[in-house]
Amino acid sequence: MKTAKTAKPPAAPDPSRLQEIARLVRLDIIEMLYRAGSGHLGGSLSATDILVALFFAEMRARPGDPCWPQRDRFILSKGHGAPALYAVLARLGFFPRAELASLRQFGSILQGHPDSGCTPGVEIPTGSLGQGLSIANGLALATRLNRLPSRIFVLLGDGEIQEGQIWEAAMSAAHYRLDNLTAIVDRNRLQIDGRTADVMNLEPLARKWQAFGWQTLETNGHDFPGLLAALKTCRASRGRPKVIIAHTVKGKGVSIFEDQAKYHGVVPNEEEYRQALKELGA
Amino acid sequence: MPGPRDEDLESRIEKIVADQESTRVEYGKTLAQLGKENPDIVVLDADLSGSTQTRYFAKAFPERFFNMGIAEQDLMGTAAGLALGGKIPFASTFAMFATGRAWEQIRQTIAYGNLNVKIVASHGGVSVGEDGGSHQAVEDLALMRILPNMVVLVPADGPETRAMTRWAAAYQGPVYLRTGRMPLPVIHDEPCLFELGRGSILRQGGDVTLVGLGVMVPACLEAAQLLAEEGIAARVVNLSCLKPLDWELLVACARETGALVTAEEHMVTGALGSAVSEVLAEHFPVPLVRIGLRDTFGISGKPERLLKHFGLTAADVAAAARQVLARK
Repeated sequence: MKTAKTAKPPAAPDPSRLQEIARLVRLDIIEMLYRAGSGHLGGSLSATDILVALFFAEMRARPGDPCWPQRDRFILSKGHGAPALYAVLARLGFFPRAELASLRQFGSILQGHPDSGCTPGVEIPTGSLGQGLSIANGLALATRLNRLPSRIFVLLGDGEIQEGQIWEAAMSAAHYRLDNLTAIVDRNRLQIDGRTADVMNLEPLARKWQAFGWQTLETNGHDFPGLLAALKTCRASRGRPKVIIAHTVKGKGVSIFEDQAKYHGVVPNEEEYRQALKELGA
Repeated sequence: MPGPRDEDLESRIEKIVADQESTRVEYGKTLAQLGKENPDIVVLDADLSGSTQTRYFAKAFPERFFNMGIAEQDLMGTAAGLALGGKIPFASTFAMFATGRAWEQIRQTIAYGNLNVKIVASHGGVSVGEDGGSHQAVEDLALMRILPNMVVLVPADGPETRAMTRWAAAYQGPVYLRTGRMPLPVIHDEPCLFELGRGSILRQGGDVTLVGLGVMVPACLEAAQLLAEEGIAARVVNLSCLKPLDWELLVACARETGALVTAEEHMVTGALGSAVSEVLAEHFPVPLVRIGLRDTFGISGKPERLLKHFGLTAADVAAAARQVLARK
């Protein structure tokens, strides 16, 4: 079967501009979670730079036309990172930024975990971990059958890949040679009950993905040049699915939240909120 | 009040003995035909296409057939992704693994996302036979009925299977369709028309209503014949669309006959028996006896032996009818 031509990427993105967008997104996340009174702080902050790189530099999308058939597709398999996704989608114009203030409230278009029935720009409901890679595979297969140039991106948590279904999907992606698929692992080395190394060891992680037949890259998940270079490599390569293990810090961007399991599902109190705003240069 | 001799029923029973079709085979053949008509239909299986009969499609359209291996959660998630990408996926495996192993995947993406996935699972019920309890799904209809947005279908014969499969391909939204291993007598004339949310009266009668699903529908028809010989006029209803339920038909039967029997190759809890109980209790309470498995797993044996063991024969349905009539 002829491979559909890959669409041209956006013009070379400026890392310092992306950094500034990421700062604003982090401010939005802090604001959203403080106001909502609940939500997932640590994993939203660790995923921020990855999402900014994807949505502002890599993926083709039309915010005014979220169902544009030729769009690139993104699945937030670690669905609890919703605040980060919502902040990015708002900044891109998928919906008014004012909606961010309604996160998790009754009647909000921004549900606690992504809900495609409510939010423009969200492809599918997620929240129960381990399911997004299979969905991404299905989307990749459909895209290939439809001969579309769209690329499929899926963000996985590192705790999330303790779920067996992830490895079923990893096998399938390699078996079906889904080279229009790029997975990214938000490798922040923490989960709710502590360090991933202590709860359920994942290492050697890169070797596992390689053994499953994936082209495996590693990069600093908070360094835009590194992220962009990894994405560029993935864009160019053929024949195998690709995974970028992005080494991140849970709670990245605010010193008091960084690298702590405590802030997985906990939101800032008033003092922490003010400290966060100060550190992010509000 | 004894009913007239039902010649139409008798000739139908003669036909029943002569024609036998397996619902899983009719599904498989119809799917291959649909594949020819619609290029967006794709099929997934989990290493069981020889049993589920997706093999017909797989042979005709290998580029649209995806074997996921022995990985049912991945099967359902991948089907969800294909639906998201604009395809019409039919996902097949055994009922136990489709609705058990992958229940949460179905719930969280297909049902919650209201995605256009058709789950057609074979080997529902004890008539699976020798493989035994691990493979006999006696809970699958309950597990699917509880899901919002899910249509639940149990065809009673070949023509109904063909009609339902064809309907499912055109319908926008999640569908669960249960097929069986045993060949079943042909009850419906062709063309068999399927209407969502509607049950059908196969035989009229005023003394008691026998409501059946799948393999129990011919058993209900046979039971009606046995009861007719005793002067009892039994109405027979095929409630092959379990969800959305034709509750109006059930209320009418309760009002007009005053007593009901439900019969399913499934636990009495959670599917037909429960659904009918719910409707009667809320709208028109009348005596009810439920036929099915009572809080037990299946066991190995020949299908006919198991149906007898679990009280799923025409004689059992007739006995239940006499039982419920005594409470009228």
